[in-house]
Amino acid sequence: MSLAKRIIPCLDCDNGRVVKGVKFVDIRDAGDPVEISKRYCDQGADEITFLDITASSGERSTTIHTVEAIASQVFIPLTVGGGIRKLQDIRNMLNAGADKVGINTSAVLNPEFVREASDRFGSQCIVVAIDTKCVSKPGEPKRWEIFTHGGRNPTGLEAIAWARKMVDYGAGEILLTSMDRDGTRSGFDLELNRAISEAVTVPVIASGGVGNLQDLVDGILIGKADAVLAASIFHFGQFTIPQAKQYMRERGIEMR
Amino acid sequence: MTHVAVIDYGMGNLHSVAKAIEHAGQQAAVPLQVSVTSAPEILRSADRLVFPGVGAMRDCMAEIRRLCIDEILREQVKLKPVLAICVGMQALLQRSEENGGVPCIGLFAGQVKRFADHQLDHAGAELKVPHMGWNRVRQTREHPLWAGIPDNDYFYFVHSYYAAPDAPNEIAGLSEYPTPFCAALTHKNVFAVQFHPEKSQRNGLQLYRNFLSWDGQA
Repeated sequence: MSLAKRIIPCLDCDNGRVVKGVKFVDIRDAGDPVEISKRYCDQGADEITFLDITASSGERSTTIHTVEAIASQVFIPLTVGGGIRKLQDIRNMLNAGADKVGINTSAVLNPEFVREASDRFGSQCIVVAIDTKCVSKPGEPKRWEIFTHGGRNPTGLEAIAWARKMVDYGAGEILLTSMDRDGTRSGFDLELNRAISEAVTVPVIASGGVGNLQDLVDGILIGKADAVLAASIFHFGQFTIPQAKQYMRERGIEMR
Repeated sequence: MTHVAVIDYGMGNLHSVAKAIEHAGQQAAVPLQVSVTSAPEILRSADRLVFPGVGAMRDCMAEIRRLCIDEILREQVKLKPVLAICVGMQALLQRSEENGGVPCIGLFAGQVKRFADHQLDHAGAELKVPHMGWNRVRQTREHPLWAGIPDNDYFYFVHSYYAAPDAPNEIAGLSEYPTPFCAALTHKNVFAVQFHPEKSQRNGLQLYRNFLSWDGQA
């Protein structure tokens, strides 16, 4: 008997609608975030992650209303990411009913923001989202670099050192996305996952690339993730959450 | 009309606690008023109190003392059912070892301790601190707040510290990480849980429903 591993459906939302792109482009509409969250919760999802990918910050009020609507109907942990730049953004999301916030670009631009945020709100609600790509050439030792702005901007930061630094600064959890895999359905980058998970003391959520149920199992057993995040396989009805949990349980993973 | 006051001492967001209680009230068809407040007169007039908590113990206790919540709790636990959650539960013990040692309210004899780093699970993997996620709770005694909740079922936890009460008979539930720790504690009108019922889906809402119909034992 021990802590269960978690399945976290992820809702990428653009101006109040759930969408899902392949490699961060080619967006498909997948529905209403409140309905989808409620369905996943009823099916036994362990948490919900809501990523606001709305381009303009003027639409932020839509996001707050959506978060409020989800939080009043969904009684599992809710993480909200996207556009979190100031302490006030965090306060707004927590007041709207989020339990945790995901910080990504702002952490890269100003790492002290993570420290301030965890001092003020507690590290349990600060998830640092790390978007990374493999930049080493075949045959070289693996090296992953941090990218921002949906994978467009390289930063020169090396991923393992960055993850450690973010935990030192107060990150309570790492949401690790392989941008090489995101939306490709070819499985998590297991080497990356394992390297980060073994480097930090906080839980790591594997993200990017899930195409089938074995990918979820591999993320935990080989990638050493504490939780697995997926979008497309659930949104478009390929698998349900109970199917995923059953499959993982049969392979010896403790699931709720 | 049952009036539930959620004690607000400025630490963390109580939205989800209040929403879950309202939802549980609707499910149980209990006419309910939920206040989120630190006002002594409301805490004294409410039918039931919920004492949540998030954040560092030193900051929590400073606010609890400044607002006289400790005095109000000591007096009100004799009069009405009280549900304490997470750091709210921990604050009811005598002392926490967080922040170099913080004296707490002391309604329960015992200490609040930190999970050791680098402990291994049964499969040999290193356990991370905070203990974050869904874990099983073994109900170590019968209690009205466990009604309708399967034994050994899952609740959602997020914490690095846990209550270690002196009196074993006050423990109502145990979880393991990797050794057993107190997940629920009770004495007379008080039921205290380390997990977050408001984030524990079905089981959590059931616990809130049970709390709304519990008369207490004082």
